[in-house]
Amino acid sequence: MGLAVLALLFVISVAFGTRAVTVSDVFAALGGDTDGFAQAAVIKRVPRTVLALLVGAALALSGTTMQAVTRNPLADPGILGVSSGAALAVVAGITFFGMSSPIAYIWVAIGGAAVAAAFVYTVGSLGRDGATPLKLALAGAAISATFGSLVSAIILPRADVMTTFRFWQIGGVGGATWDRISLLVPFVVVGAAICFFSARGMNMLALGDDLAAGLGENVLRARLIAAAGAVLLCGVATALAGPIGFVGLVVPHLCRLLVGTDLRWLLPFSAVVGAALLVAADVVGRVVARPQEIEVGIITALIGAPFFIWIVRRQKVREL
Amino acid sequence: MSAATLIAGRTARLRQRALLTGGLAAAVLVVFVVSLMVGQTFYGLDKVVRVILGETVPGASFTVGELRLPRASLGLVTGICFGIAGVTFQTMLRNPLASPDIIGISSGASAAAVIGIVVFKLSETAVSFVALIAALVTAATIYLLANRRGFAGTRLILIGIGVAAMLDSVVTYVLSRAASWDLQMAMQWLTGSLNGATWSSVAPVAIACAVLVPVLLLNERHLSVLRFGDDSAAALGVHVQRTRILLIVAAVALLAFATAAAGPIAFVAFMAGPIAARIVGPGASLAIPSGLIGALLVLVADLAGQFLFENRYPVGVITGVLGAPYLVYLLIRSNRSGGSI
Repeated sequence: MGLAVLALLFVISVAFGTRAVTVSDVFAALGGDTDGFAQAAVIKRVPRTVLALLVGAALALSGTTMQAVTRNPLADPGILGVSSGAALAVVAGITFFGMSSPIAYIWVAIGGAAVAAAFVYTVGSLGRDGATPLKLALAGAAISATFGSLVSAIILPRADVMTTFRFWQIGGVGGATWDRISLLVPFVVVGAAICFFSARGMNMLALGDDLAAGLGENVLRARLIAAAGAVLLCGVATALAGPIGFVGLVVPHLCRLLVGTDLRWLLPFSAVVGAALLVAADVVGRVVARPQEIEVGIITALIGAPFFIWIVRRQKVREL
Repeated sequence: MSAATLIAGRTARLRQRALLTGGLAAAVLVVFVVSLMVGQTFYGLDKVVRVILGETVPGASFTVGELRLPRASLGLVTGICFGIAGVTFQTMLRNPLASPDIIGISSGASAAAVIGIVVFKLSETAVSFVALIAALVTAATIYLLANRRGFAGTRLILIGIGVAAMLDSVVTYVLSRAASWDLQMAMQWLTGSLNGATWSSVAPVAIACAVLVPVLLLNERHLSVLRFGDDSAAALGVHVQRTRILLIVAAVALLAFATAAAGPIAFVAFMAGPIAARIVGPGASLAIPSGLIGALLVLVADLAGQFLFENRYPVGVITGVLGAPYLVYLLIRSNRSGGSI
């Protein structure tokens, strides 16, 4: 059923946009017909939709894995500052190394994301009571603030970089091309595979570190491998679409309500729902402000932040 | 230990603290005067003093009196405001990381100001006013959302982070639509800068400082009692809810006036309190030392930003880059010990 919703959203996404097209145009274009403006517009929307699908799935998988690894309901690549690490790395790459090829963006962003993730987790789990949601979220916010001010120190005197960066930073799937998508696919496949394979280990982790170790799980290794998958997915998504927040936060919570907490089911389901959510958010962004577009990153933040607040309000104080 | 030893020890500590605070004040004064002397042209101490006393000195009257004096004064008062507002939040929420720039209150002011600059093309005064209102509204929203089945500092911090994320995305969106001229101005404002300070931008901050700082100082005693938790504070005769709201309103207003005039100068509100705590030692009143440290940070960073590098950087960039490693260090230390400031 999830896949059916996804297919429907795909059609909706190629059908709605700044230019209105008819249903027959959509199917004609998907069938390979490319005459006329309407059909050309539809064809243009296909790569964008595919990119949104991939990025949404990657972010949702990354968020689900992060929530499982840190055993923390508030984990999200944006909240934990992982995206800001990718952002700083990209800015530094553009400014100091004249980096311009998409593949370089990807590797640099993954590197930055990994450094930020390792740092936030290490700092957040210092102390007696381990990695509480509060400590992790504060560490993430602090890292975001730090990297943010470094980014502005780098770009303020350089107007050209500022222009490039502000469009990247906003988080959008508008500039999608097949070339960029083909770069993205292998990374997403590898990252997703890592996450799926560590699903069983992460299920063990949910029982608590001691019990998982007692059941024969190598706790540290399971955590590291899963985290590597999450960082890979988040970094590659951020490199190509900019930091898109809150997808990784919202989707796992929704999916847990629907399919329960077993990660072997939760992960694939999250991927589907995340893809659907990002495509839907992208459609909303294209439709509400016609003839302008609102980037998908803005939409997800406006939906996701209230959701985050709701989760915080629901938790008991002791658990924070 | 006899009573006499205790009293002697207490007197010695108090005297030491008074000395340290006096030393800080002297340092602020020195940096203030230096920032009046240094610039494109150097003016000696005698000329600067004569300008301040109101005499007409050819050349110096304009440069020092009309350009450097407002700028340095703005740095001084905003620094004091940021320092005191920050330490109030940090003490109340018992967390050195819970300064207003991290928990979203500054984001409210920033979002409003950027919208004001880019979308409505407001004048500088109007931008300041809008930023002020927005900071108050944001703080009230965060407080009300956090106030469910009793107040909890942890919840307030987390909700602040969520609100900040939302407001920041609004800022990014508006910036992406801005024309390049507005973009430069908005970015300057967002980083925090003392450029173009005039007496009319200094006056509101100075008045706010004069009114609100005494309010906070008078309530500081209650603030330290609030740290023990709501129940203990109530048992010790503190009107918990009323005191907390009074403190929050006063601190947010200080912050908002300063932010409105100079932009959210990064990390000053956050750094001042912990540094002050390091200098004057535990258990002491932190408001005045934090205010002084705040002023010192802004003035020194502004000097450095103007003259140390090839490019002129606004003060917020310098404090941001200085503040970042300190933030990380503090994060590690406070997590390890689980302590407050």
